[in-house]
Amino acid sequence: MKILISIILLCVIALGTGLVLEMIPFGEPKTKIGEYYIDNGVEKTGAVNIVTAVVLDYRGFDTLGEITVLFIAAVGLGSVLFSSKKSDKDKKQEPASLILSTGCRFLFPLILLLGAYIFVHGHLSPGGGFQGGAVIASAFVLVYLGCPGIRVNKTGTKIVESLGGLIFITMGLLGLLFGGYFLLNFLPKGIAHTLLSAGIIPIIYVAIGFKVGSELAGIIDNLIGRP
Amino acid sequence: MIDFLSHYIYYIGAFGLIFIGIFIILVKHNLIKVIIGISILDTGVNLFLISVGYISDGTAPIFSSPDMKAENMVDPVPQALVLTAIVIGVAVLALALSLAIKLYKHYGTLNLRKIKEMKW
Repeated sequence: MKILISIILLCVIALGTGLVLEMIPFGEPKTKIGEYYIDNGVEKTGAVNIVTAVVLDYRGFDTLGEITVLFIAAVGLGSVLFSSKKSDKDKKQEPASLILSTGCRFLFPLILLLGAYIFVHGHLSPGGGFQGGAVIASAFVLVYLGCPGIRVNKTGTKIVESLGGLIFITMGLLGLLFGGYFLLNFLPKGIAHTLLSAGIIPIIYVAIGFKVGSELAGIIDNLIGRP
Repeated sequence: MIDFLSHYIYYIGAFGLIFIGIFIILVKHNLIKVIIGISILDTGVNLFLISVGYISDGTAPIFSSPDMKAENMVDPVPQALVLTAIVIGVAVLALALSLAIKLYKHYGTLNLRKIKEMKW
């Protein structure tokens, strides 16, 4: 009965959305603002990756809100899973096989390097702070699964996370100080297509990379539970 | 019909994912499956946003070499939205899983039919 009601409901919603979607053409340019960003983004912001220019320059304040949402989700997860008493039964953890433990020790710094590369080059190539942070967090997943017993330093992740957020807000306030509005790109733009270009965008993206990486690592640590 | 399908195949795929997600949320009894449904719905919404910004035969909005021209690039705004939405989706998924862990500790089951306050 419940399944029948659900299917009927979905059919009604599908009919409505289908009728609306038929009026939205596929594969045609729809917004003027996107064309404006593509035409003027490189000279206005200095970042050749227009998506990065939109994320950190045109909509930088929005991104500050998004990383706040991420922070609140991480804090909420920590407070939901927080338990003051240690688990009474100490389960003996079986050591992983030699191949697994050696492999994860070997791969861990390489994955960190890849993540750092992705967020340092966020304004030049596909990638950026969010993606690089996710790659770094995946390195911590590998360590937790492959080498049981090794834990991430919780105070360390909290310090890195807070520093990342602080750097973002400090850059925004410096823009307010030097030019009159929040998150102004006050540093020199440099030559496009080089690593040190685009003013404050690489600095903020590195900060976001560290913040997202440490936040997701803390989330994984909380979900795996106490040793 | 075939013409309609080939023209709107991305919209149909994205909304297919969204409807599969809603169906799972409405019908399934296991809380973990409901969370998986939320995740599928999230993916469908992201895919829909990306496909709205697509331009036929377009390339990524990145000037990877200095002599690239600004023509036939896809809309960068939906991509920028989805880029952050994916990470937010992961965080929300983790928060939902932590609530599921707490519910399991409290009630001893993940079956939504047996948890009295969560029936519909």
